Amino acid sequence: MAFNVIMPQMGESVAEGTIVRWLKKVGDVVERDEPIFEITTDKVDAEIPAPEAGVLLEILAGEGETVLVGAVVAVLGAAGESASAPAPATSAPAEPAPAVATATPAAGPAFDVIMPQMGESVAEGTIVRWLKKVGDSVDRDEPIFEITTDKVDAEIPSPEAGTLLEILTGEGETVLVGAVVARIGAPGAVASAAPVAAPVANQAPAPASVSAPVASAPVAPVGDKPRSEMSAAELRRVRSTPVVRKIAAEHNINIALISGTGLDGRVTKRDIEAYIASGAAAQAAQAPAVPASAPAPASARPASAPATSGAVALGVPMVPVRMGERDSMEPMSKMRRTISDRMVESKQYSAHVHTCFEVDYGKVNQLRKSFKGTYAERGAKLTFTTFLAAATVKALRAFPIVNAAHDGENVIYRGDINLGIAVAVDWGLLVPVIHNADDLSMLGLSKSIADLGERARTKKLKPDEVQNLTFSITNPGIFGSQWGTPIIPQPSVAILGVGTIEKRVKVVTLPDGSDTFTVKLCGYLTLGFDHRVIDGAVADQFMSHIKHTLETFDESAL
Amino acid sequence: MIHSMSHRAEHTYLEAIRAALDHALTQDERVLLIGEDIGAYGGAFKLTDGMLERYGAERVIDTPIAEGGIIGAAIGLSLMGRRPIVEMQFMDFISCGFNQLTNFAAKCHYRWGAPISIVVRGPGGGLVGGGPFHSQSVEVYLTKTAGLKVVAPATTQDAYALTLAALDDPDPVIVIEHKSLYRAPQLRDVLPEGDELAKLSKLGEAMIRREGDALTLITYGAMVHRCLEAAELLSQAHQVEVSVLDLRTLSPLDERAIERAARQTHKLLIVHEDTRSSGLAGELCAVINERAFEWLDAPVRRLTAPNTPVPYHAQLEAAFAPQVEDIAREALSLATY
Repeated sequence: MAFNVIMPQMGESVAEGTIVRWLKKVGDVVERDEPIFEITTDKVDAEIPAPEAGVLLEILAGEGETVLVGAVVAVLGAAGESASAPAPATSAPAEPAPAVATATPAAGPAFDVIMPQMGESVAEGTIVRWLKKVGDSVDRDEPIFEITTDKVDAEIPSPEAGTLLEILTGEGETVLVGAVVARIGAPGAVASAAPVAAPVANQAPAPASVSAPVASAPVAPVGDKPRSEMSAAELRRVRSTPVVRKIAAEHNINIALISGTGLDGRVTKRDIEAYIASGAAAQAAQAPAVPASAPAPASARPASAPATSGAVALGVPMVPVRMGERDSMEPMSKMRRTISDRMVESKQYSAHVHTCFEVDYGKVNQLRKSFKGTYAERGAKLTFTTFLAAATVKALRAFPIVNAAHDGENVIYRGDINLGIAVAVDWGLLVPVIHNADDLSMLGLSKSIADLGERARTKKLKPDEVQNLTFSITNPGIFGSQWGTPIIPQPSVAILGVGTIEKRVKVVTLPDGSDTFTVKLCGYLTLGFDHRVIDGAVADQFMSHIKHTLETFDESAL
Repeated sequence: MIHSMSHRAEHTYLEAIRAALDHALTQDERVLLIGEDIGAYGGAFKLTDGMLERYGAERVIDTPIAEGGIIGAAIGLSLMGRRPIVEMQFMDFISCGFNQLTNFAAKCHYRWGAPISIVVRGPGGGLVGGGPFHSQSVEVYLTKTAGLKVVAPATTQDAYALTLAALDDPDPVIVIEHKSLYRAPQLRDVLPEGDELAKLSKLGEAMIRREGDALTLITYGAMVHRCLEAAELLSQAHQVEVSVLDLRTLSPLDERAIERAARQTHKLLIVHEDTRSSGLAGELCAVINERAFEWLDAPVRRLTAPNTPVPYHAQLEAAFAPQVEDIAREALSLATY
């Protein structure tokens, strides 16, 4: 018999508590009322006593975690007992789903038979004996199994007439009240209709997709079953809500190409909007089979195969996440999932190294001030980013290896300099690309940066404007970051991170040889580079080049 | 601040209704009050306390316990040119005056061209341990009947403004006040004046009480406040932002506001304290399907009391009526649909 330890309510108005410290560890024996953990809430800090004597089988909420009142934070039981028996009823999604229990809604062709509640205080029941076996036909209200609980022993009648399709809980097993113990349906009904792989549990070592979002995840195939035989979960994936269908019709989109983040993988309104914003819709229309963003070198990688879900599939099993009773799950948006996949992939592929330089922006600032007006008259905004982009393009021309790509076998020197500039948007991150950035004047660069940034924020980018970058710049400095260690977008081999620009006290040597303090406008630049392709010396030369360009910026370029 | 408070005192929901009655009795000599214990005793909830002294027994009329008689008398007074305001001591007992309301007051204008300009007001709903005869939600008995109008104020300002609007309306109007809001301290507010009052004192207009993009909670009466609390919880704990639409008038429904909510948030959860079957939520579902099917991104859901009489025991009543946590849980589930 195991007991759930819950986050207690400390005062009427308190809704959640934070675990400060566990006083016992898994495996420890605890007495009833012996303190086992410390909490802090809006109102009080307290040590919480064990509700029962036993062994601490499992800790579900770690130190520092905040959970809602009533959430299960630990499980107590007899020594040797398995912690999994009293697992919170809502825990299933993250685990590799031992039973199909939670998957089939009662509305499907098969009916769930659940462990009934025998008395108000009874939380679980043990199956003593099955009176029917799989394949037997049963009448409604005909006893099909015997249970024993703390209060009563009873024969449990079938909720529906039909055939016993599946027994999910064996004799002697104890399950929570409400758990599905069997399934009953029409003789022909397929018991296995239910188990839809939970997205998080996907461990299929499918080759990762490196291409554009389009290719990442068509919905799990549901075969050619007639609709009348599909479960509600299956229908959610093939049938969409009215608003999604309306948008799909307006944009001529095949909904099946979108990977959904809703219930059971359903395509939500946000999914289809993100799909359109990502430009994937236009791509899919042009070239449904070949991801447009994968030019020759990238295609040397394993072709992208449809994974059963959008979760990254690199052969690295996900750590199972246990859902507490009061936890909530928010599916990743399409964009979030794409970012997630790309970032993990990049960390897997590239040998990331970072180098950091400090730049004196005095010269740039002076030029920016004196030319700002002229640029404004021509409808452009002269920003630090314009200077950084220009200096970067110049350095890329001098060090073509930094503008290269890598496919695991070969280094591909790019003929064009296509500069990606990361833009933070409300719903995530976009990297619009200035194609052939080295063809542009400072004025052209400044207009291009402003235009792409604006259209990224208003979801008006065209598909080819987010593709084929050869090098990128990210500027977390605008949020105050001093310097960071950016991740390289594949298959390029480097990325420049821009830190905040601020006044700093510096020591300078005066003409008379004495040292003194002065105030300078400075900032850090970080280069994240792939050491498989670029060596440290080259990376530092590249950075010195940028630094030199910025500190001695040529006025005639403006 | 001090200056403005000195001439705009804060009122409870109950005091706002009393102020509306005072205003009506002062401004219009046709207005009179009629009901059980409203005079000498000052009303079961003391809402009409002091009115007998101020306006006299001709205009504050105590009656026997006979709702059919009271409403019938009010109908007669209306036909004779008066503007009676009827108090039901508990809205549960409006059923005793059902025939007068549904077969006479609701039909009279359509049958004879003689409008029945009466207001029937009183405390409905539960949440205070009133038991099965003093806690019922009676709205759909009345919203179903063409010819009656029904309002359910949720705030102090609405209690004042909608009571006056009901009185101005030529049709019979039922004002379902909520007894759990009568003296709720957090509802203390100033009374609306001028343009503010003009804006609020219109029947048939719903109001957005909070804005969010994940879904809209459609509700009325005391549940407005639970929905707002749930919305805050969802925002704080889950970063889910939901809208709350307060219907305010239950008949006629503000169908355009309901449609707007569907178009803007695509997911709708209807919350009411009344029981489930044939509750107002069913009607709202139908309106949404008719007006906004193409905008839905999830089935419309309803969270209501179960199909049982209102239980007396506090714990049972808490299990019966939707709680803040119930609303938050259901909304979160719908948000992730």
